[in-house]
Amino acid sequence: MTLGIEVSELRLRFGEVNALDGLSFRLDGGKIYGLLGRNGSGKTTLLSVLAAFRRQTGGQVRIAGAEPFENAAVMRQICLIRESGDVYESDYVRTVLRTAGELRSTWDSEYAQRLAERFNLPPRKTVQSLSRGQKSALGIVLGLASRAPVTMFDESYLGMDAPSRYAFYDELLADYTAHPRTFILSTHLIEEVASLFEEVVIIDRGRLVAHEEADVLRARGVSVTGPVDVVDTFAAGLTVLGEQRLGGTKAVTVYGTLEPEQVRAAKMAGLELGPVSLQDLFVHLTSEAGNR
Amino acid sequence: MSFDERSPIYHQIAEKIKRDILNGDLGADEQVMSTNQYAAFYRINPATAAKGFHQLLDEGYLYKRRGIGMFVSPDARERLRAQRRERFFSDVVGPMVAEARAVGIPLDEIIQHLEIKNKDGGSRDPRD
Repeated sequence: MTLGIEVSELRLRFGEVNALDGLSFRLDGGKIYGLLGRNGSGKTTLLSVLAAFRRQTGGQVRIAGAEPFENAAVMRQICLIRESGDVYESDYVRTVLRTAGELRSTWDSEYAQRLAERFNLPPRKTVQSLSRGQKSALGIVLGLASRAPVTMFDESYLGMDAPSRYAFYDELLADYTAHPRTFILSTHLIEEVASLFEEVVIIDRGRLVAHEEADVLRARGVSVTGPVDVVDTFAAGLTVLGEQRLGGTKAVTVYGTLEPEQVRAAKMAGLELGPVSLQDLFVHLTSEAGNR
Repeated sequence: MSFDERSPIYHQIAEKIKRDILNGDLGADEQVMSTNQYAAFYRINPATAAKGFHQLLDEGYLYKRRGIGMFVSPDARERLRAQRRERFFSDVVGPMVAEARAVGIPLDEIIQHLEIKNKDGGSRDPRD
């Protein structure tokens, strides 16, 4: 089953700080989403509100059409794995897994077992004796085996080493293919996971910066390099996210897709056009300069 | 191979499969990987992979057999070859001549070089 998520004018205020500042977007059910933002951009707060861990101070959240806060029917279908893990440190790994199975109707204990073995989680060890990477892996097992219609990982895989992260990506894709559902992965390290996302939501300072198909965003940034005055003339009227100068040469990052005639004009003027990576685009879109 | 984060992945997938058809790695009526197999193998989103395959279906380089999978169209290689031949002079020879001019290599020297390559067997089909 797949659940859609709709957020409108969402606000969350901590004293003087607007952690979420009027966020609106709509996510169709059944896709893998990347939630991208810098540290402190509001990613964790947003996911906590979606998971009904806390209530917003303004605006609306609808999951499958219903408000999730204190709504057991909706909450049951949502699983948020935070970096902290939200498990008792003194519990044994096998106890954590058994408890999850008792709490979640969608839990697949055989699958959990298989994942625990794949990530080398010792069942008879306590959570506090696990390494950081193992704790992250435990979170991954809890999230995947929950088979929750909406499963969210809040940077929970960043503590794992590269082979374990790749194992996570493989398991995620395989299980998503076999049991389609909504996944949201938050991260600020994009390059490695970007190819897993169908759509990307970028937030900054509690506001929406972009919500696009990942492949559309990949086509959206263009770098333009050439003599300063020629670049300036060409870039006039375009959305420039950032610029660099070296002597008489200037390079600007333009946001948007160039029309064929613009590409021709650039080449005629002797300008060099190049692609921009999703990571670079993200940096430009969320940097101080790109925001104002 | 991994995909470049700087251009749409579905486009890169379509280009890669076209290259495989062009150089004979994928033959006429040969079955291609399913989108799910492809997505798992290259660690990419299945919907993104499906978009790449759909483009090839739309362009007629692949065809579908219901319930079985996708296959290479019998005329795919010949069509791709014709297309690349058409673009060869503008895409490959043009820039080469411009570069030769810029660095001061006379045209005679290029022709001579090509003739030697040809005698050495440079024109052999790489699949032989």
